[in-house]
Amino acid sequence: MTNSSAQVKPDEQFTAFLAEGRFMIQRGVDTGTHVFFPRVVAPLTGEELEWVEASGLGTVHSTTVVRKRPPEPSYNVALIDLAEGPRMMSRVEGIDATEVRIGMAVRALIVDAEDGPLVVFAPADQPEQAA
Amino acid sequence: MNVGLFPRGTTAIVGVSTFGTGRAPGYEAHDLAAIAARNALREAGLTFADVDGLFYTNSSDTFGGGTSFAQYLGIQPKVIDNSRPGGNVFETWLERAAWLLDAGLINCALIAFGSNQASASGKLARTSQPWPYEARYNPVLPVSSYAMAAARHMHEFGTTKNQLGEVAVAARQWAMLNPEAFKRDPMTLDDYRASRLVSDPLSVLDCCLVTDGGAAIVMTRADRAADLKGTPVKVLGAASSTTHHNISSMPDLTRTALAECAPRAYAAAGLGPNDIDVVQLYDAFTINTILFLEDLGFCPKGEGGPFVEGGAIAPGGRLPVNTNGGGLSCTHPGMYGLFTIIEAVRQLRGECGERQIAGARTAIAQGNGGVLSAQALAILATD
Repeated sequence: MTNSSAQVKPDEQFTAFLAEGRFMIQRGVDTGTHVFFPRVVAPLTGEELEWVEASGLGTVHSTTVVRKRPPEPSYNVALIDLAEGPRMMSRVEGIDATEVRIGMAVRALIVDAEDGPLVVFAPADQPEQAA
Repeated sequence: MNVGLFPRGTTAIVGVSTFGTGRAPGYEAHDLAAIAARNALREAGLTFADVDGLFYTNSSDTFGGGTSFAQYLGIQPKVIDNSRPGGNVFETWLERAAWLLDAGLINCALIAFGSNQASASGKLARTSQPWPYEARYNPVLPVSSYAMAAARHMHEFGTTKNQLGEVAVAARQWAMLNPEAFKRDPMTLDDYRASRLVSDPLSVLDCCLVTDGGAAIVMTRADRAADLKGTPVKVLGAASSTTHHNISSMPDLTRTALAECAPRAYAAAGLGPNDIDVVQLYDAFTINTILFLEDLGFCPKGEGGPFVEGGAIAPGGRLPVNTNGGGLSCTHPGMYGLFTIIEAVRQLRGECGERQIAGARTAIAQGNGGVLSAQALAILATD
């Protein structure tokens, strides 16, 4: 009989890091290629992965405004290219949803969402407290 | 791999049918598919009993949807395929059926679909699992994914909202010529511009309909097709490709997997874009039509917006696209891929009445799945 018990599940580890205030992503131990979303082996190569702290710097790759009927506020959804390479879905906060622009430099922050800590972004030129 | 290996012209579509493509209350998904399947087989003078290859899914599919439908039809097929990458699967099944027929593994392929999503729930049937790395940001899926591809296309190439509107208006103008189309009231670019935004830059009129509908096609080897009732339409080429599942993993938001698989299908068919008379695209959203025209080589990458301007893909334009009215104005029961094949076949058989393209001899039927995730196309022709 085989009993393969994983260490901590990558999804849970990612969330646990966020709870400590750390935005961690993975990196292949052989190629050094950064990976997001979290998984147990690297895409393409299958190499082992290690956790590394993300710089938190990124660029808006694309953006949309999800329109709600007032008074419910419309909100932003964006794709962010991380400085390390991977792309992730997130949202840009701190400015009006319609003001988010492709190519905008953004910086990650961790917010407390209803279902746990969540990575969102703010314009990189905003003071950190404002977001 | 030698693309020339595709069995060019050795298989044919010998029957097609749609059923209940607007609202079909009182029918389950299997019922709609079964009626379409019966009618498609009848076109060829065949019955359920002739089917030994079944390719099937529906709007409420779960594990075993294919065997469940075989049971409904009372048949024991040698091949059942119930894979579900998305709405492109029907062109992919056509491709696989061609190989299986040509190899002699099966003799009669039935590709069928049924959906009662509109009558059952009034909205798009959703059976995919939410993925936390996107779902926690509350995108409205699938529209927000397509919206971000559209926004990126606008950013890179200067594509405009009006150009998206041209796609919607062209689809509606075709639908007005199609008695089967669900939306046949006139629509102008002004109407389009007044349409409420859903997920920028896409508005309500950028999005496909939500309808019911059943559909089916029947394929045999071309030599047998000649002995059957009706006019066979030959399969000259078909190919499929996949780039991602979720939009955040799409390698390039403005280049779909069609850019990879269309050249393979053209090579198999021995044809290029200039040889194609009618084009049926999976227009779940207006941006799709622009992306797919580019990736199929009808214009260079980035020029799809200008390409559709001035009614160029509308009735009387330079290229007939989505002559049934498309997913935007004819029907969209959740998975639309089978309907592009059926409209292509009807055009090639010369059955399209007011919207008929005179002398149409070649057609492309294209399928899209997920959020631009999985692509497939078939190149069809009369003899």
